[in-house]
Amino acid sequence: MDLVQLQRQFVDYKTSLYHEGFLDEQFTQLQELQDENNPDFVVEVVSLFFEDSERLLNELARALEQQNIDYKRIDAHVHQLKGSSSSIGAQRVQKVCIAFRNYCEEQNVEGCLKCLQQVRHEYSLVKTKLESLFQLEQQILTAGGSFPM
Amino acid sequence: MVMAASETKFHVLAVDDTLIDRKLIEKLLKTSSYQVTAVDSGTKALEFLGLNNNDHQDVKVNLIITDYCMPGMTGYDLLRKIKESSSFKDIPVVIMSSDNIPSRINRCLEGGAEEFFLKPVQLSDVNKLRPHLMKRTQTNVNKRKAMDEIVSPDRTRARYNELEVN
Repeated sequence: MDLVQLQRQFVDYKTSLYHEGFLDEQFTQLQELQDENNPDFVVEVVSLFFEDSERLLNELARALEQQNIDYKRIDAHVHQLKGSSSSIGAQRVQKVCIAFRNYCEEQNVEGCLKCLQQVRHEYSLVKTKLESLFQLEQQILTAGGSFPM
Repeated sequence: MVMAASETKFHVLAVDDTLIDRKLIEKLLKTSSYQVTAVDSGTKALEFLGLNNNDHQDVKVNLIITDYCMPGMTGYDLLRKIKESSSFKDIPVVIMSSDNIPSRINRCLEGGAEEFFLKPVQLSDVNKLRPHLMKRTQTNVNKRKAMDEIVSPDRTRARYNELEVN
């Protein structure tokens, strides 16, 4: 694929991610902060988000398996996940976290389990999409293109 | 520590227990030409300032920006400790939070915080910091300049951005 086609694919893909609510304005803010002093800023922050999320999702699964569920602890984890997803613009993940916190407050185990499943799903989707986006970016750079386009 | 006229970016101390948010706030501040020190707790912030050291100021910090929700010492606790300290009470403090809770916001502002930012913090928020820093510059010349510029908020925003404090 030539550079122009790659660039077009990149723009279309990125637009669709915003359109479908996977990413919001905050992701744009991150990109605007990236510069030649910090050319990997976005990838670095997103990688931190991946690490953090995976840890939190495991903690949540563990916490919900307990005999006596500690809802305060669960809420604390979800609060963290909500914060980090909001910091990178992962809007759909953030939205599930809001619902999740409500179920925590109600001490509704069914609701919490449902949300855990949903948030895992949304996380896995946004992770795949961001990885694809970064791959496209890399291909463009390799083909001699540059950012911003 | 006396700043030479030729030096000087303002030095901001950023406090946040989350790594992602620390990285973000650091970048936002550096992009706005501030010198930044980022720590992960209120306790570390106080240590950095030298508050535990007979209340003697070890380092010059022009502004503190802190997360509200932190384990141990919250951003509010840190705010109060700063405002109750004779050496540090004049350092402007800004609080950040991911939760939009009016009573929390009021409490912080009444507790002496200059601003309260909702997370995720944006560059436009960081732009609001400069007037709080300009108010407190040490020399009379700078003070006069700052007074002159607090004429039109829109105009001054652009002027502050161009203002080279180095």
